Amino acid sequence: MKERLDQTTIALRIAKEFKDGDVVNLGYGLPTLAGMFIPGDIQVFFHSENGILGFGPPLSEDEIDQWDMCLINASAQFVTKVPGMSVFNCSEAFGMIRGGHVDIAVLGGLQVSEKGDLANWIMPGKAGGMGGAMDLAASGSKVIIGMEHNTKDGGMRILKKCNYPLTAPKCVNLVCTDLAVIEVTKEGLLLKEVAPGWTAEEVQALTEPKLIFSKDLKEIEL
Amino acid sequence: MAGDKVYPSFKEAVADIPDGATVIMGGWGAPGDLPDNLTVALRDHGAKDLTIICVTSGTPQRMADAWGKKTEHITPSILAANKQVKKFILSISFPTTVFEKAMLAGEIEVEWSPQGTLAERIRAGGAGIGGFYTRTGAGTIVAEGKEKKIIDGKEYILELALKADYALIRAYKADKLGNLIYQGMQRGFNSVEAPAARVTIAEVDDIVEVGELSPEIVVTPHLYINRIVKIPKEGA
Repeated sequence: MKERLDQTTIALRIAKEFKDGDVVNLGYGLPTLAGMFIPGDIQVFFHSENGILGFGPPLSEDEIDQWDMCLINASAQFVTKVPGMSVFNCSEAFGMIRGGHVDIAVLGGLQVSEKGDLANWIMPGKAGGMGGAMDLAASGSKVIIGMEHNTKDGGMRILKKCNYPLTAPKCVNLVCTDLAVIEVTKEGLLLKEVAPGWTAEEVQALTEPKLIFSKDLKEIEL
Repeated sequence: MAGDKVYPSFKEAVADIPDGATVIMGGWGAPGDLPDNLTVALRDHGAKDLTIICVTSGTPQRMADAWGKKTEHITPSILAANKQVKKFILSISFPTTVFEKAMLAGEIEVEWSPQGTLAERIRAGGAGIGGFYTRTGAGTIVAEGKEKKIIDGKEYILELALKADYALIRAYKADKLGNLIYQGMQRGFNSVEAPAARVTIAEVDDIVEVGELSPEIVVTPHLYINRIVKIPKEGA
């Protein structure tokens, strides 16, 4: 069995997409990890839909003495106050999202279609809730999906058509998985990078829609 | 006279909530932004067949356990566990909560609302707006049965305002008129929810004299607030 990237490495790759001055919203789970890997030479402002902009790094369970009961991010981690931070109400927080004031939204994914449809909030037969995912996905911000390329039993997650309920149609810009980096383009899914040791053909075999292999195809660089 | 908004107990503050009422349970879901004491009082009061509007019904056990090291975490799920809830209008639930089990068993009716749409529906309710068109949810199951409209070439769906009979919210400080200020993200949903109910009840850490809160820092002006209750200090 060839090795796939772990979650931390996917998060590292996602963080490479952030530019100096970007306002970035990180979804629950894997996306939150991307916040740990901001290059030292750029400044990124984290936006959280519960009403905070520009908060500091999350605190661990060992830092319980520093926990502020009124300061968590959308992944329910306690975060820190840093200079320049602001708080606001959630109507405004989502106005920022829908209004296009957030540059990048990083979300988890269950399925992504070749048209960039996203399904990430519920599996059939489960109770759940979409939280802020639909607002973020439909916002028109650059939407980056961090997810595993295949299900635990080897099934496809990147599909011609999603069969789980959609979060938003035609919203995904970039998919970063444990095997590949794929851009959603008008022509179709563009395979830009593959995990070390993997070929484009091997990634294709684990992806339902036909991939366009980039002329500049390369190994994922961190 | 104006200013008789201070209630001596949580129990008295919720005593007139009738069976069948629509109640906003305030806050987003941080351990410090939910109206814990009013939630417990409503459970003990026992009103039934409630329609509850809230962001999240409960907290995953893992988080409740971690937070429990520092504070007891009380969520609307205690009302579900006490069989007081007919319907939830909400955005998030977690597996393993009482609510999810009851929902899957068909015992509780549920209306899912995307979180930003939920915030705006509540804001609209408090601001006298009947509804609004949003892109959020277009092309998904959330759009089912809703009016669609193409604006600038994009599909929007009509979402209707939400109003409640009561709102139970959490703030940091109130003055005796009911002007409120918040800590951290307490303002997130609580300040949006305050205007959306006929009777809004706030629990606060402190109640100060009128004039002690500078007008520039008041987030929720007093006209939205009907009742305030001070949270007893621990050990007091």
